[in-house]
Amino acid sequence: MRVFTAAFAIAAGLIVLLGYFYPVEQLVNLRRILIDWAVIIAGMAVLVGVFNLAAVQMEKIRARQKGSVYGALLVISLLVTFFGFGLWVGPDAPSMRFAADAIIVPVEAALMAILAVTLLYASIRLLRRRVDVMSALFLVVAVVFLIAIMPTPFGPIPGDQAILQFLGMFSGGGARGLLIGIALGTLLTGLRVLFGIDRPYGGN
Amino acid sequence: MSLALLLLAAVLLLGLTLWRRRAPASLRPIDAYERLNRSVGLAVENGTRLHISLGRGNLFTARGGSALAGLAMLRRLAERTSVSDRPPIVTSGDASLAILSQDTLQSAYRAAGVEEQYRVSTGRLAGLSPFSYAAGTLSVVHDESVSTNIVMGDLGSEAALLTEAAERENTNLIAASDNLSAQSIFYASAQDPLIGEELFAAGAYVGAGASHEASLNVQDILRWIIILAILIGSLLKLVGAPI
Repeated sequence: MRVFTAAFAIAAGLIVLLGYFYPVEQLVNLRRILIDWAVIIAGMAVLVGVFNLAAVQMEKIRARQKGSVYGALLVISLLVTFFGFGLWVGPDAPSMRFAADAIIVPVEAALMAILAVTLLYASIRLLRRRVDVMSALFLVVAVVFLIAIMPTPFGPIPGDQAILQFLGMFSGGGARGLLIGIALGTLLTGLRVLFGIDRPYGGN
Repeated sequence: MSLALLLLAAVLLLGLTLWRRRAPASLRPIDAYERLNRSVGLAVENGTRLHISLGRGNLFTARGGSALAGLAMLRRLAERTSVSDRPPIVTSGDASLAILSQDTLQSAYRAAGVEEQYRVSTGRLAGLSPFSYAAGTLSVVHDESVSTNIVMGDLGSEAALLTEAAERENTNLIAASDNLSAQSIFYASAQDPLIGEELFAAGAYVGAGASHEASLNVQDILRWIIILAILIGSLLKLVGAPI
């Protein structure tokens, strides 16, 4: 069974890859079918994942673990949203949009505000954690960038564009370098999976 | 051109994997991975838990690469901690990734001969949106006797909430991401940040095998080829040659 799983995964990967490089009609059609199957499986995976999420929270409630009240709230909200809004009134109903606007949007906005404070706090503590040239440079550049882009009551700061262009030259180059490294890492990770060396689908 | 690069990478990977099986590589020390290896041993000894957060890398996008790298590391870490009283907990922000993490954990326990210790609840979907994922993961960091948090995968700015929680609980934090925003956050908030492609070196540093060491070698070779191509391109443009 494990050999079959690996063989099927490798074959599917190779067909999709070949269909990308050689757009022959048969290969493209086969590639499309395989991707459609994958999309359906991914859709089912979301259902399984949500069930897993609910099961973990139910277990927490049953064992009366710390934070089980939040788990109960999550399960109740899930049931109300899934059965009440999802199946009964439908996902496009105005009440569903109201629920999202009244609960999800404010909660995410609040988390975003916490995030801003957290980042500021992390920056302040950076030099306490690691005192070196790169940390100091990181902080100085971040502060200069913030000053250059911040709105002021007197209009733009003189020379702000020159500062942004000058610093952007270094940060743009560095970002491209990092992204090239990540792309190479992604390529090699993909090849390992394609060759069946790494089998995240439980094959080895 | 991209096909040629792909074929070159494939040939080098296979060739170097065979070579590395006979002659293991000596890897340059990376502080974060040295701390990770120490933390794994300590977690087993003092009965605490590892928490591995694999991010929100969707396997249908290029972001899936970091998720797959995290799974390879997870496999090895799960095998090493299989004797622990408290199994590692894995959180993900993508449903497919959560299922694969469960599968990886089960495979690791099976390989270690302790499949009966596997619990499906140790591989969890924490949430499907960035902040719900962060909120779901925070409860694990705070409430599950975690001594080491390994955050490795595709995350955005919500990573700051996780690093802050790890710091508050006074736990070890090993963090890496393929996302530039998350990398800058980790640089500011982690003790030993992992930058850029160091994320993909995780497997090699936790002893996942010759293929992971070979991958690092291939990455180095390809990086030098790209550097040469950029330099030659710049020189040609400097002398006014049509490129």
